Amino acid sequence: MKVRVDPGRCEGHSRCHSLAPELFDLDELGNATARGDGAVPPGMEGRARLAAANCPEYAVEIVEDAG
Amino acid sequence: MSDSKPGSGAGPRPDADIAAQTCPVSGQDDHPMVERAPVTDWRTDWDHLDPRWRDDPFPIWNELREGPIARTERFEGAWLPTRYEDVRAIAYDTDNFTSRRVVLRHRKFEDPPLPAPPLTSDPPEHKAHKQMLLPFFTPREVGKLEPLARRICNALIDGFIADGSCDAAQQYARHIPVRIIAYMLGVPIRDSHLFIRWIHEILEVGAVDDELNRNGTKAMRDYFRHHIALRKEGRTEADPEGPDPDLIRVMMDGSLNGVPFEERHVLGTLNLLMVAGIDTTWSAIGASVLHLGRHGHDRRRLIAEPDLMPTAIEELLRAYSPVTMAREVKKDVELGGCPMKKGEMVLLSFPAANRDPAMFPDADEVVLDRQENRHSAFGLGIHRCVGSNLARMEMRIAIEEWLKRIPDYRVDGDVRWSDGTVRGPRTLPVVFA
Repeated sequence: MKVRVDPGRCEGHSRCHSLAPELFDLDELGNATARGDGAVPPGMEGRARLAAANCPEYAVEIVEDAG
Repeated sequence: MSDSKPGSGAGPRPDADIAAQTCPVSGQDDHPMVERAPVTDWRTDWDHLDPRWRDDPFPIWNELREGPIARTERFEGAWLPTRYEDVRAIAYDTDNFTSRRVVLRHRKFEDPPLPAPPLTSDPPEHKAHKQMLLPFFTPREVGKLEPLARRICNALIDGFIADGSCDAAQQYARHIPVRIIAYMLGVPIRDSHLFIRWIHEILEVGAVDDELNRNGTKAMRDYFRHHIALRKEGRTEADPEGPDPDLIRVMMDGSLNGVPFEERHVLGTLNLLMVAGIDTTWSAIGASVLHLGRHGHDRRRLIAEPDLMPTAIEELLRAYSPVTMAREVKKDVELGGCPMKKGEMVLLSFPAANRDPAMFPDADEVVLDRQENRHSAFGLGIHRCVGSNLARMEMRIAIEEWLKRIPDYRVDGDVRWSDGTVRGPRTLPVVFA
């Protein structure tokens, strides 16, 4: 599983960072990006989904592994 | 009023411990709301200043959500979307809706209205106006203020805990955000009572009383002019431990494309930072203390499961969203079958959107571990609240410290809610167990 943040949608609510700080970085303006390549470590899938489900701008996407 | 004049010629008088300062509060209730014609039909004659809306707006919103976007001829003609999708659509549509007026008044008494960038800025200028402020309000930056927030909360609790009771709105919630924003702006905390009064004059009674609105606005602008002038003389009354640069310094040195901001821009933003940073979070903290006082199950659960705090804060923000904004229709547009005319206003009720059952199952229930919660308490789109991380931090610390020291309490007496567009308890009597 991977997380992605759409920079065109993110408005810096930082809800994702507050719920899953291990998965997201914030830039100097407070806008979010996926940490590293966005890969979600095993066991953190629930938090990734929580982050996506709490973004008011629908900027956080979950990319499920194929198969 | 002599005490509304800035500075009084006093030189720098740094506050030894801003957390422990007492702030006299007066003037808040000098100006009751004027009588208004009672609302007969909320669909065609709504009025957010009506006492029924003030005391219990939720049934009104639930009724209105069933029909088309509500209309009123009050406020020189205005619309009221209550469904999440409609509020969202308007918040995103900066082509048809301008932010130059964000407060509904009984009449539009200034044209053009005084700017409060970036809140009242539209694209394309909005982006630069906002980006200069954002670095001071990231979670990392506001995290540095956490120890100060904890000290403020504990100093306040020290002041009333032995009494066995308090007014949690008047003696606790209202004093937390004002002290922190004063610290960030670089003005003395001892002036807090002035800020609280001006905000009351501008936001609450000011919606229908032009003179008080002008007085409050002018007093606040004069206050900031004074503190800018001090800085130009190399002086300041800021807390010596405070941020460097403080927000007054940031704004007075601000520029866009090499052109320094005009005075009305600088003062407009400083007014906004104070107004937006005080009433709103005070309301959110008060509503949270109220909810937890009335719902012992939620209170005990939050104490037993502190890991719930992040989702709990967001849920309290959703259920008791304090802030309603407005937009002005920029050009004739049809939305949801409603013909909106240029110059009419739209009351953008984020609180109503956040109670929409189409978006939030069991919308009128507080679910501390609600999993999907795309609430719009801080707005949606480009005007997302600059101070949202600060507000969230203040709320969390205020609730944590309260529950540590006062884990068992109940609401005892009448709760009075605010008038105007920022909703929160203004009187909140509680008794400690």
